[in-house]
Amino acid sequence: MAILALKPERLDAGEFNDQPVSICGKSFRADYSGALYWPAEDALIVADLHLEKGSSFARKGIMLPPYDTRETLSRLAEAIDRYQAQTVIALGDSLHDETGASRLSEEDRDSLRILQEDREWIWITGNHDPKISRDLGGHVRDELVVEGLTFRHEPSNGRVTHEIAAHLHPAAKLSLHGYSFRRPCFVANGLRLVMPAFGTYTGGLNILDDAFEPLFGSDGMAVWMLGQEGLYPVAPRLLRPD
Amino acid sequence: MSASPEALRKKRPHGEAPQRPTSAAKRQPAVQSASQSLPAPFAGWFEAKGWQPRLHQLALIEKAAARRSTLLIAPTGAGKTLSGFLPSLISLTARRRRANAPGRRLHTLYISPLKALAVDIARNLMAPIADMRLPIKCETRSGDTSAARRQRQRQSPPDILMTTPEQLALLLSHEDAPHLFGALDTVILDELHTLATSKRGDLLALDLTRLRRLAPNLMMIGLSATVARPAELRAYLADQTIPDEATRLADVVITPPGVAPDITILEQDDPVPWGGHSARYALGTVYQAIKAHRLSLVFVNTRMQAELVFQELWRINDDALPIALHHGSLSAEQRRKVEVAMSAGAIKAVVATSTLDLGIDWGDVDLVVNIGAPKGASRLIQRVGRANHRLDEPSKALLVPANRFEVLECRAALEAAAAGEQDAIVDRNGALDVLAQHVMGMACSAPFDADDLFAEVRSALPYARLDRKTFDRILDFVATGGYALRAYERFARLRLTDDGKLRLAHPSLANQYRLNVGTIVESPMIKLRLTRARSKANGQPSGFTGGRVLGEVEEYFVEQLSPGDTFVFAGEILRFEGMQETEAYCSRSNAPDAMIPSYNGGKFPLSTHLAQRVRAMIADPQSWSNLPLPVAEWLALQQDKSAIPDSDEVLIETFPRGSRHHMVIYPFEGRRAHQTLGMLITRRLDRWGAKPLGFVANDYGLSVWAACDLSAMVAEGKLDLERLLEEDILGDDLDAWLAESLLMKRTFRYCAVIAGLIERRHPGREKTGRQVTMSTDLVYDVLRKHEPGHILLEAAWNDAAAGLLDIRRLGQFLSRIKGRIRHQALHRVSPLSVPILLEIGKEPVARFAREDLLREAAEDLIRAATTGDMPEEPVRPNTMTGEHKSNGDPRPKARAPRRRRIQ
Repeated sequence: MAILALKPERLDAGEFNDQPVSICGKSFRADYSGALYWPAEDALIVADLHLEKGSSFARKGIMLPPYDTRETLSRLAEAIDRYQAQTVIALGDSLHDETGASRLSEEDRDSLRILQEDREWIWITGNHDPKISRDLGGHVRDELVVEGLTFRHEPSNGRVTHEIAAHLHPAAKLSLHGYSFRRPCFVANGLRLVMPAFGTYTGGLNILDDAFEPLFGSDGMAVWMLGQEGLYPVAPRLLRPD
Repeated sequence: MSASPEALRKKRPHGEAPQRPTSAAKRQPAVQSASQSLPAPFAGWFEAKGWQPRLHQLALIEKAAARRSTLLIAPTGAGKTLSGFLPSLISLTARRRRANAPGRRLHTLYISPLKALAVDIARNLMAPIADMRLPIKCETRSGDTSAARRQRQRQSPPDILMTTPEQLALLLSHEDAPHLFGALDTVILDELHTLATSKRGDLLALDLTRLRRLAPNLMMIGLSATVARPAELRAYLADQTIPDEATRLADVVITPPGVAPDITILEQDDPVPWGGHSARYALGTVYQAIKAHRLSLVFVNTRMQAELVFQELWRINDDALPIALHHGSLSAEQRRKVEVAMSAGAIKAVVATSTLDLGIDWGDVDLVVNIGAPKGASRLIQRVGRANHRLDEPSKALLVPANRFEVLECRAALEAAAAGEQDAIVDRNGALDVLAQHVMGMACSAPFDADDLFAEVRSALPYARLDRKTFDRILDFVATGGYALRAYERFARLRLTDDGKLRLAHPSLANQYRLNVGTIVESPMIKLRLTRARSKANGQPSGFTGGRVLGEVEEYFVEQLSPGDTFVFAGEILRFEGMQETEAYCSRSNAPDAMIPSYNGGKFPLSTHLAQRVRAMIADPQSWSNLPLPVAEWLALQQDKSAIPDSDEVLIETFPRGSRHHMVIYPFEGRRAHQTLGMLITRRLDRWGAKPLGFVANDYGLSVWAACDLSAMVAEGKLDLERLLEEDILGDDLDAWLAESLLMKRTFRYCAVIAGLIERRHPGREKTGRQVTMSTDLVYDVLRKHEPGHILLEAAWNDAAAGLLDIRRLGQFLSRIKGRIRHQALHRVSPLSVPILLEIGKEPVARFAREDLLREAAEDLIRAATTGDMPEEPVRPNTMTGEHKSNGDPRPKARAPRRRRIQ
């Protein structure tokens, strides 16, 4: 892996736009939007879109701004534009609940359709969306194996390798100079990777939470935090539990 | 004789016959009827106590007999509380005597801002009721009252219910509210001056309008300390039926002030420090004063200051005097212990924050010590009033300035107090988030007609200026979130009934409302639990064994701690061991000093007219001879090295310091306004190429530092100071900065919780396990991007502008100093600037801060990866400020390695 020669002055934001990540010898680019690009397959992977989460809350009387789906899709469109990927894999929990698809507005449906034009689109099912309506287009799979790598929503417990999963909404809390703040992050160990949640109204689970222990054990993990202008690899010793 | 002050005193010397109200009436015709009408048990009770009814007590009884809503203004210690209750006690006693008295219904509602106050009053009120054997039942109700008792209180209410504004809102949201309050006769609002000026006051005002509708003959009695403009509080009590035409006022009874307080400023030979807020230099003298008095209250402005002062007093407590600590973060049990000990006279001194500020009468206090500057004349009077609860003896107080500016400020406060000045309460427009909450509450109690509710709401003073369009937007917000994108119509929380009323769509929404009622949104608190220290060798901890809970601290404070860090809490130095679930575990530490300077300068900003006095004092060298020598010398030095501004000027100094260039501005407009100004001018300086790096503000001024030579830029005409401080800075710059600021996000969160957009966090009720919490920041960002005109953003902006940003004051300042800027280009630091430069809590230029930290962390990692040299310690100068955050920060640069779960 080539490491950038550091200039003495501050780095350009652009240099942090995406970062190389290698999983079982396959090379990926992790993007600061939270998407993962696989150059060899020309595929873009995004996870946990949680479309229509706003309206799902509204059903229960919590009237969050109804712009989350629009916002998520427009950020997705930007990421797709950046890489011009031929394939998009949505790694589960693409809709916040099973009836979410029926609440999509016409505009959002159209945006989705435009994104799907001229490219392959694969919905992987998740616990929030075990069934995905046919009229959303694309193919629906419970999991997908490509070039020996398995793409599934929920990460398998134990020392599994060759897996790209999501579901846990990993987030990291950085603490430096007495300031601390939390961001979604990619977390990986060279053999498996857990994707950050892409959806606009998705929270995060601290990677120091016990839930990550069975996946990565104490072998160590590498962490890339999502910033507003870039993706930043961060030494786990700078991270804090919540 | 009864008109003379001597006759008004609470306790009379032994052997002197108490004055009978009837003979008093001969010389006091104004009091005659009320005095005579004091019924037997009451007249007898006063007599038995050896007390005289006071003039204002009689006056209030008279007002009540005429059913006049009244504001009683009396200094602390004038027996206000009893005065407020007397009319109700008399009326209830008379009613019980009557034959065929109907069953018991709620007669009087007493509302207090503090839970502890309600408990205290219950004690004071229970005593006369018990003494006179009055057939009156009174109870308290707070968040701590058991569910069973609350249920019973609704079904079979007491005569007098003592409670808080939040509980009243809850009671009114029930369907049985008309029955519960239908016979209500009197509402007593205690400490109205503190309640009325907040969102709690807005909520209360709205609830009072509903009470008036349920009980049209209702009488309001407001109790208040001395305020600058009583009319505002009188109007608050009155029903504003035709708000467009005239403001109606309740009646008022004002007690003459008692003997002028005896206030001294601590002046001693030790030089007053240049900066800081701990007043450590003076605590030896304070300790001697404590020793020489019966019971002293030592007031400080913040909790952390309380901790420091308490710890320091104990360090020098060679006589082992019983000195206690009282602040809001301590556990309730611990506070209660202190309160009991105070009443029992078992302690010598209490170090306290504003938790003891209000009218609680805890014991026989004979000295009030105020550490730091009092920040406002009213606050000073309030605090000083804690000593000697007798109008005929002067209250005794000692002011202890913590730094040189505070010497000036203490002087100013003293002059203001002597002149009888009070800080004005700013009249306010009712908050929109509170209105939304109220509308939901009203929908929970019964379907309502929008026109009726609008009229009802406008009869509350804070909402008298509300227009129909805004009200309708609030209705829309409550129903569907009020979004331009009409996506939630089918999920609407309010629905039209056949007769055109709005009703709750589903009963479960009422439960949701009740869990989220109230206007106090605390920053999340973390419990501190005592545990045993861990050895560093102990690698993977399996869990903490917990001891007792010491109290609670704000989440943000815990966030900055690493295991091994020490800090002060509850008068002890604690070592942070780690977090487990939602609790922070700490052990006792032997360290002589805490590493974390958990400390804020002060939470109250300097009041406007004190600021004026301070400016005038500095501008007048003649007056300096009255000041302590070090302070006078300091000002003389400033005159020599730089300049002393006239009282209508603003001084700006520019000078190099180290590799940085500073610009120090002295507006004297309070920390909040200065912080806002700092944020704004750094943006402007950045645009003009001056490369600002950070700034720091205190109550007196602010300092901005930059990479460019600011003096040279001014000299070359590249930096126009008049232009820098032009009023238009409050336009686009403000909007642009606010949108991104953390402060705005926090303000938005408060509004969102109060308005019911998001649910409150309920400690202990949170979902366990893999809780995936969504931050309100996400909601804020989405809303700002897609609907910047949304009513909740408007509400948050109003709050920020009026509160933390102090926009109004900043605006007044900018317009005041137009053409009156005095610039001094200096070669070095000026004397006046030192206290500001010493201030902790510097702000890096916020725009880049977070991204910079991320970038720094990444560079750190990449460097380690390329050189194979893994730095053990992450701490190095911040790339942005070039200065470590710790100017004056005792935290060692190298920190103990953290516990690592991963590498």
